[in-house]
Amino acid sequence: MTNPAEPVVDLETLSFEQGAHLLVQQELLGLRPGQRLGVTGADPALVVHLEVWCRAHGHRVTPALDTDFGVRAWVERGRADLDRWAGAQRAGAPGVDGIVADPPSDWGLAARGALIEVGGPQTPFDITHRDLVWAEIAPALYANAASAQWDPNTAIDWSAPVDNAPEVERAVVQVMTYLIENEQAALVIPAKLLARVHPHFREVLQLLAVQAADEARHMEVFTRRALLTGHEMGTSAVSGRESLSTLLHEAEFSMASFLLSVLGEGSFLNLLEFLDKNAPDPVTRMVTRLARRDEARHVAFGVAHLRHQATLDPDVHRRMRMAVERRYDALVDTAGLNQDVFDSLVILAAGAWTPQAIAKGYEAVMRLQSEMDDGRQRRLVHLGFSGDEAADLSALHTKNFM
Amino acid sequence: MTTLLMGAVAYDPKVVTIWGGFRSWLRARDFDFDFVLYSNYERQAEDLVEGRIHTAWNSPLAWLRTERLAKAAGRTVRPLVMRDTDRDLTSVVVVRTESAAEKVSDLKGATIGVGAVDSPQATLIPRSFLREAGLEPGNDLSVRRFDVGVGLHGDHIGGERDAARALLAGEVDAATMIDTNHLLFGREGTLPAGSTRVLAQTGKFDHCNMSVVDTAPDDLVKRFGELLLSMSYADAEVRPLLDLEGLKMWQEGRTTGYGLLETAVDEEGFYDERGTVTATEYSP
Repeated sequence: MTNPAEPVVDLETLSFEQGAHLLVQQELLGLRPGQRLGVTGADPALVVHLEVWCRAHGHRVTPALDTDFGVRAWVERGRADLDRWAGAQRAGAPGVDGIVADPPSDWGLAARGALIEVGGPQTPFDITHRDLVWAEIAPALYANAASAQWDPNTAIDWSAPVDNAPEVERAVVQVMTYLIENEQAALVIPAKLLARVHPHFREVLQLLAVQAADEARHMEVFTRRALLTGHEMGTSAVSGRESLSTLLHEAEFSMASFLLSVLGEGSFLNLLEFLDKNAPDPVTRMVTRLARRDEARHVAFGVAHLRHQATLDPDVHRRMRMAVERRYDALVDTAGLNQDVFDSLVILAAGAWTPQAIAKGYEAVMRLQSEMDDGRQRRLVHLGFSGDEAADLSALHTKNFM
Repeated sequence: MTTLLMGAVAYDPKVVTIWGGFRSWLRARDFDFDFVLYSNYERQAEDLVEGRIHTAWNSPLAWLRTERLAKAAGRTVRPLVMRDTDRDLTSVVVVRTESAAEKVSDLKGATIGVGAVDSPQATLIPRSFLREAGLEPGNDLSVRRFDVGVGLHGDHIGGERDAARALLAGEVDAATMIDTNHLLFGREGTLPAGSTRVLAQTGKFDHCNMSVVDTAPDDLVKRFGELLLSMSYADAEVRPLLDLEGLKMWQEGRTTGYGLLETAVDEEGFYDERGTVTATEYSP
């Protein structure tokens, strides 16, 4: 006899090959281990498949008696599903206020706020503390970055007239060649860091991903501009590559961010502004202007992150100083900026092939370097260095700009 | 303290993950455990009875052979534990939905697809079931065997899947498989839902067990059994291994679920009473 207190689920014609387990499972959720659920339905294989499903899920099936009207089999609820989730906990909460400072490695790739089954593999992420990566501005910067993405194909008028004198065009191509090399470093570094940051710090990953995507676009537009008039690419000097290679080897997130974004990309803001101002054609102007907008965001995150660090860790200034000195020592015997790049900048600022114009161009590049130095010092002071320290450190920055 | 040495058949690469994982778990509980892998069940059964290993994770067919070999050698063996999912299984005889067959006897003169020659669930028990229903395989109906993974006692799913595909393709009139695989094939699309019908279901039988031989040190065997039985699905460390091995909990071993297979083995002359392999067309 069926007991009116025992629930019965009617699967009608639904088979276990078509998802009948969902209805059974749903009913079992409301029962305690040991309680029974009656199951009925019209599928001829219902009892065979019910037994299979229950066996695999830790429930027991007993056949219905002839007197169990309206029931084909009974399921006695097991406890495997309860055991699986017994120690589960939430991975913080989805919002920024739900970030856990030190998330366990085995939370791995789970969404922030997800219910985490205990166990699972350790993950390879080695940057696992909030304070090592965080800046309060990160979510806002990501939102801004996501909304400011531009399409290289349409944001730039590639058909605009470019009829530079050959020596000027060669200078543009040389500068573009140099920019591509630097942008490639600026893509690889956040991409490497991104893969090391615990995904619990979602906004930081998103920001680094967009930063890498920004650099990918910059690589594209600088390459297209370089090749626009059919010239060969310019030169790549050992000194430039040596300088960038020291960035690739910086293991600490904050120091990599400091050297690349605060000092390197910070200097690039001046360089890109210089190119915008002295561009001999509208395409060159547009590609440098668009790139500069993106770079400003990268600098903002770097500065905000280091400011956050400085409020938490009094030792961070010493580490920044050491990072600059270490890099300076590594580069002390190298030539600095590729002479071809320097000369090309002079030619672009000169605007004409006369002694007076060249002198004017040379003066402009000197001024650019001075502006870069001022900008770096300003940011260093903003990070808490004294004016003297900022001046000393800025002077040790690579002559390669990035 | 001696190491408890277990044999397992490497029917799938996951066997290494499973027993390697259990080995770590057991060792973390101060139990010295190790395992050796066999390519087929026959050598494992022989080695267990000869005392080269203390226990063997045996297929039901290997268990029966182990029992016979042990008896002939004056030894005793017993099933220490088994999975909760090893108890009370059934096999099914499946036809296409539109088949005219309404009962097993309607398969007279038909062609039936079965699994590998040494598969308890897809060949031996179903053949015995047909015989009991009055259909002598080979005489009253043709049998097409799908030999995949011979020597693995049906652990390899390939034979059953091939038989199922042949059924769907109309190459055979019926196919036999373990109940679990009928649902699996339905859900994965090998047998689209509604394309087949369960014509008949065998009686219940048990599957694998952890066989132990009486020459194994009692204290080690006892502790091994206690530790396996203590494994909890609530333990996050061991749960993935239980999932991989397909159980929620270990249960005490029992010998009461092997009657159908024993009958089948005798009918087929698969092993003689001393455990010698006498099956024809069987080369593990």
